[in-house]
Amino acid sequence: MINVHDILETVEMIREKNLDIRTVTMGISLFDCISDDKERLKTKIYDKITRSAKDLVSVCEELERMYGIPIVNKRISVTPLSYIGACLSPAGYVELARTLERAAIDLGVNFIGGFSAHVQKGETIGAKNLIAAIPEALSCTDRICSSINVATTKAGINMDAVKKMGEVIKQTAELTRDRDSIGCAKLVVFANIPEDNPFMAGAVHGIGEPDTVINVGVSGPGVVAAAIKEAGACDFSVLAETVKRIAFKITRVGQLIAVEASRRLGAPYGIVDLSLAPTPAAGDSVAEILENMGLEMAGAHGTTAALALLNDAVKKGGVMASNHVGGLSGAFIPVSEDRGMIAAASDGVLTLDKLEAMTAVCSVGLDMIAIPGDTPASTISGIIADEISIGVVNNKTTAVRVIPVVGKGVGESAEFGGLLGYAPIMPVKEKSCEAFIGRGGRIPAPIHSLKN
Amino acid sequence: MKAVVTVIGKDKVGIIAMASRECARFGVNIIDISQTVMREYFAMIMLVEIDNLACDFSSFASAMKTAGEESGVDIRVMHEDIFNTMHKI
Repeated sequence: MINVHDILETVEMIREKNLDIRTVTMGISLFDCISDDKERLKTKIYDKITRSAKDLVSVCEELERMYGIPIVNKRISVTPLSYIGACLSPAGYVELARTLERAAIDLGVNFIGGFSAHVQKGETIGAKNLIAAIPEALSCTDRICSSINVATTKAGINMDAVKKMGEVIKQTAELTRDRDSIGCAKLVVFANIPEDNPFMAGAVHGIGEPDTVINVGVSGPGVVAAAIKEAGACDFSVLAETVKRIAFKITRVGQLIAVEASRRLGAPYGIVDLSLAPTPAAGDSVAEILENMGLEMAGAHGTTAALALLNDAVKKGGVMASNHVGGLSGAFIPVSEDRGMIAAASDGVLTLDKLEAMTAVCSVGLDMIAIPGDTPASTISGIIADEISIGVVNNKTTAVRVIPVVGKGVGESAEFGGLLGYAPIMPVKEKSCEAFIGRGGRIPAPIHSLKN
Repeated sequence: MKAVVTVIGKDKVGIIAMASRECARFGVNIIDISQTVMREYFAMIMLVEIDNLACDFSSFASAMKTAGEESGVDIRVMHEDIFNTMHKI
């Protein structure tokens, strides 16, 4: 018989420490839907998505019951739409967003990602029109996520796109001002965007991916936090080993679900994403992990080092547990989705500057950060430029998902609901960077991009 | 094919009888039983064979869950693969 201790450990992780599969995301290529007839394009896209993912939700529910582990989100990513709707006008792209929304509702999935474009070196007409459509597309839909890749380590940073995205974020905030500018919670600006990320809002189905694919994102900050607490006052070597061991176990569950979902859905298994994804629920917080390591509060001095240790140990444990690892694979630090981060930001201990430093050693970037609604577009572009530079120079993915909450300022908070949580409005620097952002053009790729 | 049934809750008379009766009702053969105390809770673990299950896995799992709720204990039925995957290399 399987060891009793092991059985009880697994059950306890699920019962009391919020272990779950955060997302099973089906990637769907839309290349075979391309048509110069807009209506035909919309029909083909709707049909392809609803046909490919018709069993996604039911299969995930079967797996939940079979293995006794919750699968929180069932989602879909599609080929970046700027490739698929290259001949559409901005209004045409908005219609496409509505088509995707209808598919998401009919399938019962909570998000479809892929209202996206890659513009690291410049815009095609398709990308330009898609970006122009983002504010309206995100305000007239609830389940569509948008991502724009403005830089890569190989290409450098497209500063024209960085400037434009500051303006697009402002417009999106304005159009959804009645809901605390929630449109911006579905919009991410990336450097080095991965092609197989299962997590929203940045999920896309990359152009090198198969026709359909299953990618799985695991979770489990609560399990890691509990393991560290149980480990007590150990030294850093033991601490890292503790995280590795627990990350291995968490990832193995992700691997099992990925392989089984892939078999039942008849779609190849892509990757398991090793990210630790928090939720606003108690005991599901990355900040709590850092605090259990010995910080009085996330954001205190030592936070970057603690996060670096955590991120590295999670990867080392996880990579042994899965035969294909990919996506973002690192600790997430979305402020509004993590109870400990919310508390630390409300106390003023966790600041934008500290978060920026933390993103140099962990996964994504400045994520789900509410800022004053009157923040100028150029300042948002400055925030993006700083964060994207970290990704480009360090050869990693970074991203920005900030929400300028229209009508609100520092001292107030924004409420997004559900997994998106709530966030205190964080202050930004008031000095202008407008002249810098206004220069235009591209920041060249760093010297270490020349590897050949 | 095997599954693991875990029964967790406050100890009281008749828990094993109740869980075994439910298993028998669905044609589920109990291969092994062990009991332990987890923190302040009583925990019983049964390894069961589900090849001759009289219904689908989900219905069995939800019937066990309901029977547990009626007796004030938490019953989970999980395919053995989740434990093998997590704890064996």
